[in-house]
Amino acid sequence: MLGAVGVGSLDELVRVPDAVALREPLVLTPALSELEIAERFRRHADRTTAPGYTSFLGAGAYRHYVPPVVGALAMRGEFLTSYTPYQAEVSQGYLQAIYEWQTYIALLTALDVANASVYDGATALAEGAIMAVNATGRKAILVSAAIHPNYRAVLRTYAEGLELDVDELPYGADGRTDWTGLDDALASGKYAAVAVQSPNFFGAIDAFPAGVGAKISAAKSVPIAVVAEALSLAALAAPGSWGAEICVGEAQSFGNAVAFGGPHVGFIAATTAHLRRIPGRLVGKSVDAEGRTAYVLTLQAREQHIRRERATSNICTNQAHCALCATIYLAAMGKTGLRDCAALNVARTQELRAKTSALPGFAARFEGATFNEFVLRVPGRADEVLSALEARGILGGLDLGRFYPDLEDCILMTATELTTSADVDRLVTTLSEIPVRAAAHA
Amino acid sequence: MPQLTPETPLIFETGQDGRANRYLPAGPALEELLPRAALREELPLPDNSELDVVRHFTRLSQKTFGIDTNFYPLGSCTMKYNPRINDAMANLPALRDLHPFTPDHAAQGALAVMWELERALAALFGMAAFSLNPAAGAHAELAALLIAKAYFRARGETERTVVIVPDTAHGTNPASAAMVGFTVLSLPSDASGRVDPAELKKVVGPTTAVCMMTNPNTLGLFEPRIHEVTDVVHEAGGLMYYDGANANALMGNTRPGDMGFDLMHLNLHKTFSIPHGGGGAGAGPVGVAAHLVDYLPTPIVRASDADGREVAASGWQESAELTFALDFERPQTIGPMRSFWSNFAHMVRALAYCYANGAEGLTRVSQLAVLNANYLRVHLREVIDIPYDEINRHEFVASAQSLKRETGVRALDIGKALLDHGYHAPTVYFPLIVPECLMIEPTETESKETLDGFIAAFREIVAQAKRDPQALFDAPVTTPVGRVDETRAARQPDLRWRPSTR
Repeated sequence: MLGAVGVGSLDELVRVPDAVALREPLVLTPALSELEIAERFRRHADRTTAPGYTSFLGAGAYRHYVPPVVGALAMRGEFLTSYTPYQAEVSQGYLQAIYEWQTYIALLTALDVANASVYDGATALAEGAIMAVNATGRKAILVSAAIHPNYRAVLRTYAEGLELDVDELPYGADGRTDWTGLDDALASGKYAAVAVQSPNFFGAIDAFPAGVGAKISAAKSVPIAVVAEALSLAALAAPGSWGAEICVGEAQSFGNAVAFGGPHVGFIAATTAHLRRIPGRLVGKSVDAEGRTAYVLTLQAREQHIRRERATSNICTNQAHCALCATIYLAAMGKTGLRDCAALNVARTQELRAKTSALPGFAARFEGATFNEFVLRVPGRADEVLSALEARGILGGLDLGRFYPDLEDCILMTATELTTSADVDRLVTTLSEIPVRAAAHA
Repeated sequence: MPQLTPETPLIFETGQDGRANRYLPAGPALEELLPRAALREELPLPDNSELDVVRHFTRLSQKTFGIDTNFYPLGSCTMKYNPRINDAMANLPALRDLHPFTPDHAAQGALAVMWELERALAALFGMAAFSLNPAAGAHAELAALLIAKAYFRARGETERTVVIVPDTAHGTNPASAAMVGFTVLSLPSDASGRVDPAELKKVVGPTTAVCMMTNPNTLGLFEPRIHEVTDVVHEAGGLMYYDGANANALMGNTRPGDMGFDLMHLNLHKTFSIPHGGGGAGAGPVGVAAHLVDYLPTPIVRASDADGREVAASGWQESAELTFALDFERPQTIGPMRSFWSNFAHMVRALAYCYANGAEGLTRVSQLAVLNANYLRVHLREVIDIPYDEINRHEFVASAQSLKRETGVRALDIGKALLDHGYHAPTVYFPLIVPECLMIEPTETESKETLDGFIAAFREIVAQAKRDPQALFDAPVTTPVGRVDETRAARQPDLRWRPSTR
């Protein structure tokens, strides 16, 4: 092959000017066989002790049961090793799967259209905010303080680039968004969007109260719903039914592992009025020359490879395979499985809440209905309680003091269908044994 | 085997009540758990038996080309073989089921994976440090431009808002620049397809923020005067950004850091053998030179030794004796780019790929990628125009311009005809500066036999263009559907199934 190319050696073929040539040999890990690679990762895995623990962590990443059929189908090489379906004729299968994903998300959110996915829930919020900015020409976003702190942080990162202001509505004594300041905020005419998360970061069902969504729309601002736990869509009133024009969120719960933070899969759904501002890929149904049903990437005039600096977003690669896993999961679970799963999540969380908050000195921090997580107030500092639990093999949840200084005695606790009564009882017993009282007086 | 039926009913059209699978115990009634006003009235989704689900998605997979089924020379996308050991490691339960909010000391192995990969990337590409946070290449570009913006603000140079992008650049470059409020200046390449430092010198100045380049560029050509280019930009006070989409061309041979780049990203799903998955998930670490480390997106993995002393970041190092922590408290950071820390499962895959190859193997990867691309070029130039016919790197560009003049057959038609021959089409109509462009990237994992088969198919298609161009306008004919009516798709958008109203 070198002869055909007309060079004498590989070194000659790849030669670069001396000014930029490698000055010293590259030092990296020595090359390993597969067996040695597996041994090396087993050592990494053995240094990760958490999987043996009983976990009540959630907060935007949820452990759920995934039927083995999801992995068996999604890991087929045709799906796994294809790329963005630019060549529709040899990508009909994947294109149809994305069309089905778009349909599932539209049906679950009760909105008109959904895109082929974005990176995750946080970037979905940022992209949703950009849609609203482009729709309104306004340069500020109003968000509930009960939106996931990481989502708000990412929104602020993006806002630095776009020079947007991000303001917050506080949460009230019930752990829901306090809408008292809304009228004044809308009257200012400065907000492109008003965003609320439901279930919110505290687990509380926090949909726009009756009339609020319409009020936001009437003020020419865009009401945005954030859903960080997509499973809730199987049970709770859909964002489209309570006034959201755009719904952004995270669908990791549908058949994707928590995987220490990724890849997960974000989604954006919207009313038809916002269709041409949706970022990322969209798959449409059309026909071929013989009139056969055919799917194809469409409305690409919005995208970066056509519009370059005038594109609605710079998204190129999205989370197609995670969306595929979600689509297979949704198909396999069906409405019956999803409703059962959602109900089990609510029931297990109610059991967790009832048993932990009955302990002396402990209490649910907020009243009211939640989906699969809630806030437990502990007698003392949350971080110390969690450390004590961890020493006994339990990941008790998330220390809310990390994000909310006024909640440093609060833990966000999550239960899913994988949480057993035995897990809850073990937690309760352990909580009753650890010396929290000392911490309370510290 | 009978021909696959072109149409597969939608999953929404096949389900029936009573076909639910029993994955979970029956749940209590939601109405008994939550106030009715909080609940949705109906959930209009189908119940399909598991067998129907299996057949449905198996059939869909059979109507999809992947690297596993077909040669996939899609230029700029680096469609190399994805070793299965990578997936097996990512699926180890201790890593797959690890929650991102797990306390550091219970997640040491996962942090070790991130740290080792970060060290390997820094060594390979000559950067002081990487953040593994961004989710894809374009996302990392955005992060890098936010870093540049923060850097200039800290220096009081807020007038630096112009991003210079050569006309060969990827479309994400200008789109990312627009997302940080920078304006884009497109720089024409010279007759040899390169950036001319003298021309660049005329456009840089006190408003120059960043010059975004890839090397080799999207024509597959190495920019031999790259160090002069970076000098010009640095002398004007700007930063150089390296688009790592083409990094598969240069591992072990030259490094962006040594070329003078200040910022860069990598597409781990290209160079590091992570499956593309039908368009993601990808992974896009962002790397920086020493003067920009403080601005990297959070979190960063920090390492300390047995005595608790922080381990300075320098070169590759094994992780077994070290202790790790996620660092979120970085005062000058641009902040986080996404919900959690990284596309971690992909970090596992990329590190497995580094383990499998080592320094010598990765060097060989790039050499063979360049050899395969040149082998294709010298054979295809006998039948189609190669506008820049010289030693290229991992990819090269052909043009169907004269064939079109002669026969009416365009780059698009060649791509469609290749599908009938069992090859995925190259990237077509990019880069924009070459008319009727076909951008071809074979990667190092293809055998000579596969390349020879592709060359033969290409010859046959060009011969057919001269003999019977209509056959190519009609291609493909062996695929489940023929060319799709894209105008109809765009004019009457049908983006979802709707339940029939009863």
